Amino acid sequence: MTATAGAGAIIAPEPLQAQPDSAVKRVRRKLNSRTASIVSILIAILWTIPTFGLFISSFRPENDIKTTGWWTFFSNPQLTLDNYNEVLFGTSSSSGQLASYFVNSLVITIPSVLFPIAFAAFASYALAWMRFRGRDWLYILIFALQIVPLQMALVPLLKLISTGVSIGGLTLLPAWAPQGVDRFMAVWLAHTCFALPFAIFLLHNAMSSLPGDLMEAARVDGATHAMIFRNIVLPLITPAIAALAIFQFLWVWNDLLVALIFAGGNAESAPMTVRLAQLAGTRGNEWQRLTSGAFVSMIIPLIVFLSLQRYFVRGLLTGSVKG
Amino acid sequence: MAVLLRGRRALVLVSAVGLALVGAAGCSSGTSSNANKDSAECAAFKQYQGHDGTTVSIYATIRDTEADLLEQAWKKFSDCTGIKIAYEGSGEMEAQIQVRVDGGNAPDLAFFPQPGLMNRFVKSGKLKPAPEKVKAEAAKNWSKDWIGYGSSGGKFYGAPLGSNVKSFVWYSPKTFKEKGYKIPTTWDELIGLSNQIAASGTKPWCAGIESGEATGWPATDWIEDIMLRDQGPDVYDQWVNHQIPFNDPKVASAVDRAGSILKNEKFVNASFGGVKSIATTSFQEGGLPILQGKCTLHRQASFYAAQWPKGTKVAEDGDVYAFYFPAVDASKGKPVLVAGEFVGAFADRPEVQAVQEYLASADFANSRAKLGSWVSANKGLDVNNVQNPIDKLSVQILNDPSTVARFDGSDQMPAAVGAGSFWKGMTDWINGTDTKTALDKIEASWPK
Repeated sequence: MTATAGAGAIIAPEPLQAQPDSAVKRVRRKLNSRTASIVSILIAILWTIPTFGLFISSFRPENDIKTTGWWTFFSNPQLTLDNYNEVLFGTSSSSGQLASYFVNSLVITIPSVLFPIAFAAFASYALAWMRFRGRDWLYILIFALQIVPLQMALVPLLKLISTGVSIGGLTLLPAWAPQGVDRFMAVWLAHTCFALPFAIFLLHNAMSSLPGDLMEAARVDGATHAMIFRNIVLPLITPAIAALAIFQFLWVWNDLLVALIFAGGNAESAPMTVRLAQLAGTRGNEWQRLTSGAFVSMIIPLIVFLSLQRYFVRGLLTGSVKG
Repeated sequence: MAVLLRGRRALVLVSAVGLALVGAAGCSSGTSSNANKDSAECAAFKQYQGHDGTTVSIYATIRDTEADLLEQAWKKFSDCTGIKIAYEGSGEMEAQIQVRVDGGNAPDLAFFPQPGLMNRFVKSGKLKPAPEKVKAEAAKNWSKDWIGYGSSGGKFYGAPLGSNVKSFVWYSPKTFKEKGYKIPTTWDELIGLSNQIAASGTKPWCAGIESGEATGWPATDWIEDIMLRDQGPDVYDQWVNHQIPFNDPKVASAVDRAGSILKNEKFVNASFGGVKSIATTSFQEGGLPILQGKCTLHRQASFYAAQWPKGTKVAEDGDVYAFYFPAVDASKGKPVLVAGEFVGAFADRPEVQAVQEYLASADFANSRAKLGSWVSANKGLDVNNVQNPIDKLSVQILNDPSTVARFDGSDQMPAAVGAGSFWKGMTDWINGTDTKTALDKIEASWPK
């Protein structure tokens, strides 16, 4: 978030007018030149080449993929939809059928995005605008939880879910050990837990930057906390919520580790990433399928990103610029 | 406010869709077996019956097509006994099984591809010893060696399941016929053939040891195979159990013998480049140039058959086939490097034991073999049930009385070596490190 502080300085015009040849302005002028544009286009092309190669590969026949590079496509163009066909509609119970895993991915991702956003919004409101003792310490504690790597918490959380908690024979939490589709709930819980510290941090910063006069005026008019939250705070932090939604969506959609542990690898509950990891076969002998599999799994995140893109850029500034 | 309302409506809609999907998934998961449990078909499964309506979970590395065949193979057992088998295959199994066991979410059964990994759970006391019935069934169907690999500290834990033969050299019968090459039956003939091909201006061998995190394992197979040939099974056992150090001159002699092929610029790496290209060529692609006639010999296990592109005929008169990697001294028997899976149990419920017993039986081995691409060292396996020529050859080699089979050494060594420094050491060795330095480094990494 510190990098965006510079962007904030560019927006604020007054100090720049006072000294027209400031460093910021010079950098800005240089970045607007034609050479800079060409360089950035070159970088963009360079960055896209691997993805482009993968895209070309996904339409090439199996034997070609395995023996030659994708660039030979231009001298020997051979196109096939076999890879997509196999990945999407493969007949065997464990090959292909990406379609059903696609649904699993959606079932996992949507609640795993909505839950942390809902909880974090309530929590951040309380931490930002309700006065109670130990408020700052609580916020620092939650903020500090971001340091704990997810991988460290996996085994304890799995243990908590599958064996419960009991201290000295007293059962505090019974064993749950979800089976079948119930495992979705375990995945939701895991993703929600892991997302909350960052979500609260982001939304808290967005909320605390709102002018206090607004809340005071509302309270004078007799609004309760619930009304202020719903009618004033939520509409004002929509960009932050959208940014958080994109972050969380991409993270959950691309996640393999949490899903492997909590959702398992059955067609009942495993998301697409788990399926993609199995597609190549026991000894990686079908790895040509990964090319088309990658593009199928890319569709939804692409749609989400493109449709929420304008919030994304706006949301990047949340928490960094006051006012 | 309108914005907010719209947002809320969308939210409700999305949650409703989400719930509907969960519901739909829940409905479709209910399956019912309608096989008549007293029919003649089910007579063979009488001894396993009495556990109707139970579920046994299995976790393994076998996935995709091969997993389908496994599930097909035990379908009848499942229908006749009413035991539902929830199978899960994952490439991350070797790492994830530890997390699941630690997290109290262990599967009922796991197919361990490495005895070393299984022993880790024996040591931590999580794995249940095999019940008497399974022990008896396994003793009937497997040789002493195999029972030994499934045991730890004198107790029998895991009955073997599938097996594969690693001592194979892949070649193209067509090229051999065209050029008039003969299949070598001794080590000297093999080197002679390599020299003959090299003299004609092409490199004879191709190899690839790149395999992601496991890069180097095909090279360790080379060393193990040649260790068996150069030093014999007794020294091999001492080496695997660390009764002789890893940098013993005997080991160095075997590694140097492997180097006479793998590090010989005249012999490798056909169609890929020099010796160092072995380290960057993936294991899957390593032998493919044979199909285009750019490479003649490729040492790899029987399971390499799955790597050939669709439509390749794998047979003695087909596009590719394999011959037995010849012994150095044929009078001392036929050394064969093998590998396979072992069925370990984390639960001792009666239905779990029933499945365990069935998997150890000759019935299962035959049922699975009939579906194709499967090899097992199960003595009850009828060669006529084995489908592919290469699998038939594997079963014949496994059942040959002159065969001296030894299990893949790196799979038995402690994980720090067998799945770590041995792989890395051999990759360095291919990249130019000399034999002594590489072996000293591996020896230093052996857990005290």
